[in-house]
Amino acid sequence: MANPSGIGASVRRVEDARFLTGRGNYVDDINRPNQTHCILVRSPHAHARILGVDASEALQAPGVIAVFTGADMGADKVGSLPCGWQVHFKDGTPMKEPPHFPIACDRARYVGDIVAAVIAETRDQARDAAELVMVDYEELPAVASSLKALEPNAPIVHDEAPGNVCFDWHIGDAAVVDAAFAGAAHVAKLDLINNRLVPNPMEPRAAVGDYDASSGEHTLYTTSQNPHVIRLLMGAFVLGIPEHKLRVVAPDVGGGFGSKIFHYGEEAIVTWAARKLGRPVKWTSDRSEAFLSDAHGRDHVSHAEMAMDKDGNFLALRVSTIANMGSYLSTFAPSIPTYLYATLLAGQYKTPAIYAEVKAVFTNTAPVDAYRGAGRPEACYLIERMVDVAAGVTGIDRAELRRRNFIPVEAMPYLTPVALQYDSGDFAKNLDIALPMVDYAGFAARKADSARRGKLRGIGLSTYIEACGIAPSNIAGALGARAGLYESAEVRFHPTGSVTVFTGSHSHGQGHETTFAQIVADRFGIPIENVEIVHGDTSKIPFGMGTYGSRSLAVGGSALVKAMDKVERKAKKIAAHMLEAAETDIEVKDGRFTVAGTDKSLGIGDIALQAYIPHNFPLDELEPGLDEQAFYDPKNFTYPNGCHVCEVEIDRDTGVVEIVNFAAVDDFGHVINPMIVEGQVHGGLVQGIGQALYENCVYDEDSGQLITGSYMDYCMPRADNVPSFTVKYHEDQPCTHNPLGVKGCGEAGTIGASAAVINAVVDALSEYGVTHIDMPATPEKVWQILRQGSPAAMAAE
Amino acid sequence: MYSFSFHRPKTLAEAASIQGGLEEPKLLGGGMTLVPTLKQRLARPSDLIDLSQIPELKGIRETAEGLEIGAFARHAEVAASDLVRRTIPALADLAGHIGDRQVRNLGTMGGSIANADPAADYPAAVLALKSTVKTDRREIDGDAFFTGMFETALEPAEIVAAVRYQRPGKAAYAKFRNPASRYAVVGVFVAVFGSEVRVAVTGAAGSVFRATELESALAADFRPEALEGITVQRDDLNADIHASADYRAHLVTVMAKRAVVACG
Ligand SMILES: Cc1cc2nc3c(=O)[nH]c(=O)nc-3n(C[C@H](O)[C@H](O)[C@H](O)COP(=O)(O)OP(=O)(O)OC[C@H]3O[C@@H](n4cnc5c(N)ncnc54)[C@H](O)[C@@H]3O)c2cc1C
Repeated sequence: MANPSGIGASVRRVEDARFLTGRGNYVDDINRPNQTHCILVRSPHAHARILGVDASEALQAPGVIAVFTGADMGADKVGSLPCGWQVHFKDGTPMKEPPHFPIACDRARYVGDIVAAVIAETRDQARDAAELVMVDYEELPAVASSLKALEPNAPIVHDEAPGNVCFDWHIGDAAVVDAAFAGAAHVAKLDLINNRLVPNPMEPRAAVGDYDASSGEHTLYTTSQNPHVIRLLMGAFVLGIPEHKLRVVAPDVGGGFGSKIFHYGEEAIVTWAARKLGRPVKWTSDRSEAFLSDAHGRDHVSHAEMAMDKDGNFLALRVSTIANMGSYLSTFAPSIPTYLYATLLAGQYKTPAIYAEVKAVFTNTAPVDAYRGAGRPEACYLIERMVDVAAGVTGIDRAELRRRNFIPVEAMPYLTPVALQYDSGDFAKNLDIALPMVDYAGFAARKADSARRGKLRGIGLSTYIEACGIAPSNIAGALGARAGLYESAEVRFHPTGSVTVFTGSHSHGQGHETTFAQIVADRFGIPIENVEIVHGDTSKIPFGMGTYGSRSLAVGGSALVKAMDKVERKAKKIAAHMLEAAETDIEVKDGRFTVAGTDKSLGIGDIALQAYIPHNFPLDELEPGLDEQAFYDPKNFTYPNGCHVCEVEIDRDTGVVEIVNFAAVDDFGHVINPMIVEGQVHGGLVQGIGQALYENCVYDEDSGQLITGSYMDYCMPRADNVPSFTVKYHEDQPCTHNPLGVKGCGEAGTIGASAAVINAVVDALSEYGVTHIDMPATPEKVWQILRQGSPAAMAAE
Repeated sequence: MYSFSFHRPKTLAEAASIQGGLEEPKLLGGGMTLVPTLKQRLARPSDLIDLSQIPELKGIRETAEGLEIGAFARHAEVAASDLVRRTIPALADLAGHIGDRQVRNLGTMGGSIANADPAADYPAAVLALKSTVKTDRREIDGDAFFTGMFETALEPAEIVAAVRYQRPGKAAYAKFRNPASRYAVVGVFVAVFGSEVRVAVTGAAGSVFRATELESALAADFRPEALEGITVQRDDLNADIHASADYRAHLVTVMAKRAVVACG
């Protein structure tokens, strides 16, 4: 490695000094002159008709400037929050897409639905006045669970969606799958629930709307992962503001995990109200509001069946899933349980036939959308649990059954029966690295030792593959995406050789300011201190799609490389001119431009200076300046993959599950900053473990009230809940179709971990005849199994 | 938070007297329960009386019978106190397992027992350690202090000044934490005074209670095996999304056994 801050170096994150010393600039830190404060009146009922909103008393309260309702926004022709992805029913008819207004007009459909916005001089005054807004509700029966919503007499969430069905979609060839099942020697079956989660980024959402009457320009400061997407959706569909009059700024953002991808009503409310009032309007969510109103994740109920021949070769997989969409379609909701879930159901296996059907259902709960992994954790969890059940049915060792069914490395590129083409991956190799990391062979001895101490012990594997860097725009478009999925970058060399990069990706914890700078430093042989990464402001950066789905490096990084290619081509021209050589004779290495076979050379800094002082440029052939922009539209998804192994001990007295060892082997293609990658893996693993053992979003089935509305009841994993992880990666299988050979690492940990944990728990409980336990595997759930007694022990008695 | 007036008395007498003329005063201990309640606008006191500057409420003292701990002793202070660790180590252990570090650095013993949360830890110590609660006006027998869920024998405006704990022959506290809040799902304090065994249970029911079935079994045979097959028989056990009543009843016995083992 030539450059100490180049590709492959564990450079410390340059952004951390600012974050750790409290100098970050988050949306709530932004205060505009003459600013007002907005508090939202939210429905306390899961389902109610809004008969009237009486704001007269609130309007008399000290400091109150305005109280707005859905009718006020309707009078200004404010549109519905758009859905960015259209999915179709099996018969080709489009999904049901009921309107979702920023402020509910006729009906409130979940606890937390916005029914009025109170704006006052101070936040406390707005809050006081919000209590005085009298909303006349007629309570309606509510339904919180997707299964109940499908019952014949269930309350109807939207009149537009009979039976509460948003869509009933499928993928794969049912006839081929049926035929394979007919000839199967073994069939394994599994019913499972993928529990609902609350995303919980450290920074709650916030938005500040500002309007400059002299220029007619709107500015929205918002906690977003993708400011250009918000500008497009809100500008074009909700408020009718053209792009050149709308600036969206997402400054430092404290975590998102997907929940800040979406366009939320609050953003439209503050932007619209700021113009209405001629004053800036600020809204900041408190934690309780975040629990109620951030888009939730997961919430699937599935049935799956695997057909095998007598040797355990997978013949066909059949999956039927019911996905809870919540009360309204959030921005990308329909794509999550379909194109980001069912297309991943091949996993790492050469299962020749797969059929999946997905029914998406409206309920009186918060909207559900992408949450770290988005569809892929649900797919991985289902497959990897299924494989363990299959191992039980066939009596084949779980590692061996996986190995037998892996898509071999020689088969790459490999087209699965569910539409994806994997470009690379050596799954057997991942497994070979992982098993010794936990001394898989020595497990029996450790289990015996645990038994001596009165504990149960189990080990579980999970081999995941995910599709990241969504995706070629043409494929996504054909699958219903209403947006392109490219990324942009601009590389601007300044006269003295420093560089500013403008990226359409957005960093909200990922460390782009470091990683992207390393890529530039590496290419041009300059220190990263000379590179500044600018993101998150639509008035500065080119149109970009933002950060989600582990796409920043794979797509945004590729755009950056493309822009650097252009810079280099231009620099080569300038070098040729300055060195009086033919352009074809210029050789480039680490930012030095040399005339082949001579010692005549120039550094990129010299060239940059000349680019801006073009005293003797042949201007017909050579433009001044060294500033290039590129858009990159990927050729395919990238396919990070890996193998996780988890070992647990269970306390027989209490049912408490303790993770005693956890190893992860990942193939992320090339790695730019190993330290940042390791951090992403650790965080991801904790989130996956959180789902498996602790986190669970619970609504009361009858009232639709959120029971787990605070950290007193919603259990986040803490440092003392997890062991010290052992993680490794290998770079032998770089992505074949992007210039950096990178695959993405942001979600992998979350995608693989839950299945590894539950497989270990089920293994530990296997002597009790257990073949499945739903997440989270809480102490009580485990104890209820233990108290039934072990069938083996009972038979022996 | 609604607005309120803030008072910071310097003596116990002043804290008691200023409450007199006030509309709806509320005492402020470490604020770990009260402040979130205010922030969620679930309470609307007219005045807050901050107890943090009153010397009489502070300190940990050895007494002939055991310890006297000032009401304003923070959990972290009790957990780290050499005196407590030497005299009643189980009490230091209990304080050291309350909530998380931030909560322990601010929460106070007086606030904890005055609040009488059914899942709080200190009430188990008060009941197990033959204690006496000293207030600004009287002494209350620890056994009679907790009267129900979030209810105590305190009169309106009465201030807890200190608690006197008797030093047991041996004692231990075993807690099954709520994984989310880290309060006690079930906490069992076992203390042995000569031939008397006290088993105080918190978290399991609406209010802390003494498990007499377990006490008599242990008085006869102070070994974990003595509790085999004995389950508390009550119809008021708590049930929530974290633990059913059955599970809590089971955990009481498990935690009692662990406390017995820890007694050594
Ligand atoms: C996240 C979290 C986790 C927690 N986990 C635990 C746990 O595991 N175990 C546990 O036991 N507790 C736990 N607690 C509670 C905490 O430890 C405090 O004991 C509790 O909040 C009350 O103490 P305080 O000093 O903060 O009182 P405050 O919140 O200030 O007051 C609580 C109540 O007591 C009254 N009060 C305060 N001091 C006195 C006094 N001297 N005389 C009379 N009345 C008084 C107040 O008026 C108020 O009504 C937790 C709290 C939080 C926020």
